[in-house]
Amino acid sequence: MPATLLEKLWNLHEIANLGGRDSLVHIDRIFLHERTGSIALRGLEQEGRGVRAPRRAFCTMDHIVDTRPGRGDISLVPHGREFIEATRHSARNAGIHLFDIDDPRQGIAHVVAAENGIVLPGMSAVCPDSHTCTLGALGALAWGIGSTEAEHALAASCLRVSRPRSMRVNFLGTAAPGVTAKDMILHLIANFGSRAGRGFAVEFAGPAIRALNMDGRFTICNMAVEMGAFTGMIAPDERAIAYVRDTPFAPPGPLADQAEAHWRDLHSDDGAEFDRELEVDCARIAPSVTWGTNPEQLVDVDGVVPEPEAFDDPQQTFAARQALDYMGLESGTPMRSVRIDAAFIGSCTNNRLEDLRDAANHLRGRKVATWVQALCVPGSSAIKRQAEAEGLDEIFRAAGFEWREAGCSLCFHAGGESFGGRRVISSTNRNFQGRQGPGARTHLASPLTVAASACRGYISTAEES
Amino acid sequence: MTNAREQVFHRGIAAPLLQPNIDTDAIIPSREIRRVSKEGLGDALFSGWRYRSAESREPEPGFILNQTRYREASILLAGDNFGCGSSREHAVWALKDFGVKVILAPSFGGIFFNNCALNSILAIELEEEAIARLARWVQADPGGNRLEIDLAAQRIRWREGKEMRFDIEPARRSLLLEGLDGIAATLRMEAEITAFEDADRQRRPWVYD
Repeated sequence: MPATLLEKLWNLHEIANLGGRDSLVHIDRIFLHERTGSIALRGLEQEGRGVRAPRRAFCTMDHIVDTRPGRGDISLVPHGREFIEATRHSARNAGIHLFDIDDPRQGIAHVVAAENGIVLPGMSAVCPDSHTCTLGALGALAWGIGSTEAEHALAASCLRVSRPRSMRVNFLGTAAPGVTAKDMILHLIANFGSRAGRGFAVEFAGPAIRALNMDGRFTICNMAVEMGAFTGMIAPDERAIAYVRDTPFAPPGPLADQAEAHWRDLHSDDGAEFDRELEVDCARIAPSVTWGTNPEQLVDVDGVVPEPEAFDDPQQTFAARQALDYMGLESGTPMRSVRIDAAFIGSCTNNRLEDLRDAANHLRGRKVATWVQALCVPGSSAIKRQAEAEGLDEIFRAAGFEWREAGCSLCFHAGGESFGGRRVISSTNRNFQGRQGPGARTHLASPLTVAASACRGYISTAEES
Repeated sequence: MTNAREQVFHRGIAAPLLQPNIDTDAIIPSREIRRVSKEGLGDALFSGWRYRSAESREPEPGFILNQTRYREASILLAGDNFGCGSSREHAVWALKDFGVKVILAPSFGGIFFNNCALNSILAIELEEEAIARLARWVQADPGGNRLEIDLAAQRIRWREGKEMRFDIEPARRSLLLEGLDGIAATLRMEAEITAFEDADRQRRPWVYD
C-alpha cells in the first residue's frame, strides 16, 4: 500500500493505539523555553516527577531574554528575571541540556533545534510553543503543545495524540523574482483561510517547494499553524540531508550512513492517498502584505485595502470591519501609500541567514526613512556570528537598523519591548491585535518587503524602494 | 485535575463573543504573564479589551464581560477558530480562574482545544447557526436565559423543553467526566514504552545515543 509521509512518521512512533484515532506516540525530542518551559518543569517538580530521558530534552532562552546589546538576566519583561532564573534552576536540576543566555548555541528554540541537528528527519519533536511545526521542514513530525502536555512528554517520553488527517499542498510553477517563501505561505493561508488546516498534518510539496533552500522551507512550515494545522512537513531530500549532516548532534560516522538511508525513504509514495489536496500556482503570487489582524487578511503590495462587503462570508465581512477599525485603514487605500513607523526583521518565521542576506542585499547603499525605527534580530547566536562574519551587520547598521542579540524579541514584545500604538511592517507570523504591543498595528511581509518598506517609509516592494 | 465533577452538569450565564479568530494573545496578552505560575490569571483575561489601559485596570464599559448582566458568565458563545495562535496554556488558566467552565464555538485552535480538556474546561464544537440561535436567546435576558450543559447526556438545554445534542470524542469525554491524571495513566504503560524504545533503538540508534 502506498503510504503518505504522515503515515510513515506515525507508524515510526506509535507505541500503542488507544482506541479510535488516539495513539500513544513516542516523543524523540522535547524542547523548552523560559516562558512556558519553566512552568512545565516546575509542575513536574511539584508533582515529584522526574524527566524520564533528560538527555533527549533541551531548553533555551528566547521568549523573555533581552535582545539589546550587552544583555544579562535582566529583561524589561515584568519579573522576567524570575522566569530566567527558575528555568535555569529547573533545567539544571532535571539534567536536561540548557542553552543559557551566554551559550554560543542560544537562540529561538525552533531555530537552534534545527541548526544543531537536535531534531533530525523522521524524529518526533514537541515544544510548548505553537511554531514547533517549523521543524517539519526537516521531515520531522513536530508540533506545538501546552505546558501540561510538556510535563507529560517530559515524564513519560510519549504523548496521547489524536491522529491528524493528511493534506498535501502542491506548490506548482515558479515564483517570480522578489517573491519569497513568506509570500508563498501567506498566499496559501489567504486563499484557503486560517482554518483550512484544522485537524490536518499538511505536507508541502511540488516543484516550488523543492526549489526552496532550507531557510525558505522553515518559513513555509513555520506558518502551518497559522492555517490552523496540527503541523506542516516537507519530505527530506538531499538538500535537507546535507543541511543536517555534520551538525553538532547529527549521528556520527557509520550511524550517519544508516540514518541517511532511513531518511531517504521518508516521502509520500506515488499513489498515496490524502484526505485533502490543494494546489497553489506560484506564478500568480506577488510580494504580499497583510492589511488586517489575521494572516488570511492579505493583499498584494501593489493592491488596495479591500472592502469588507466584498467578502462572501458574513463572518469575514464582520472580521474585516473590525480589523480595518483596529488597523486605522480605509477601504480603497493603496497599500503603497500606507506610512509605517517601524520595521522588524526577526522571529522564528524569518530570521535565518538567507532572510538576513535577502534583506541586506536590498539595504546595501540605502538608508531607512528618518521616521522609521528599524530592528534586525537574528534567530540564533550562531546566525548572528555568521552574519557578522559576512559583514551583514555592517550593512544593517549603515542603513539605520539596530542589530540585536538573538531571541524572539518584538514578535510579541518578548524582552519586554513594545511597538505599542505604532504601525509596523514585520517579518513575523502574527498580526493579531496587540501582539506587538497595545494598539500596535502589524503588517506581515517577507524580510525583503520589510527592508524595502523601511527605506521608503511606506509599504513597498523591493522594486520601487 | 480539579473541578472535573462540575463539568458533568453545568448551568450558567452565557456571554456571546462571536467574532471569528479570537486568538490566545487576545485571551491573555504576553505582557500579562508575570509569574511562573498557573494561578491568579483571571484578572488578566482579555485585558487588552477589558481595560482602558493595562496599567490602570479601569474597565472598558463596552466590553461584554464588564456589563453587569454578563459579569458572572461561566459559558462563552464564541466564533470560529477560538483560541487560535500561541500555545500558551495561560489562556486556559485565565479563563478557568475567571470562572469559565464551558466554551461553545464552531471550531477551536488545536492546541487550545487540548489545553481546555487538560484543565477541565469543556470546549464544544457546535455549528455556527446553532451558536447564533443560542446567542439570540441568551441576549434577550442573559440572567434568566441560562444554558444547561449536560456532558454525560451530551446535551445543551436552553429554552423550555428545547435541547441540542453535541459530539465529543470518547477519550476527551472520559477525561472530563473522570478527571483522570493523564500522566499517571501513561506512566502505568512504562513496560510498553520501554519495549517500544528497545525495538526502536535497533531501528534508529541515533535517536537514543
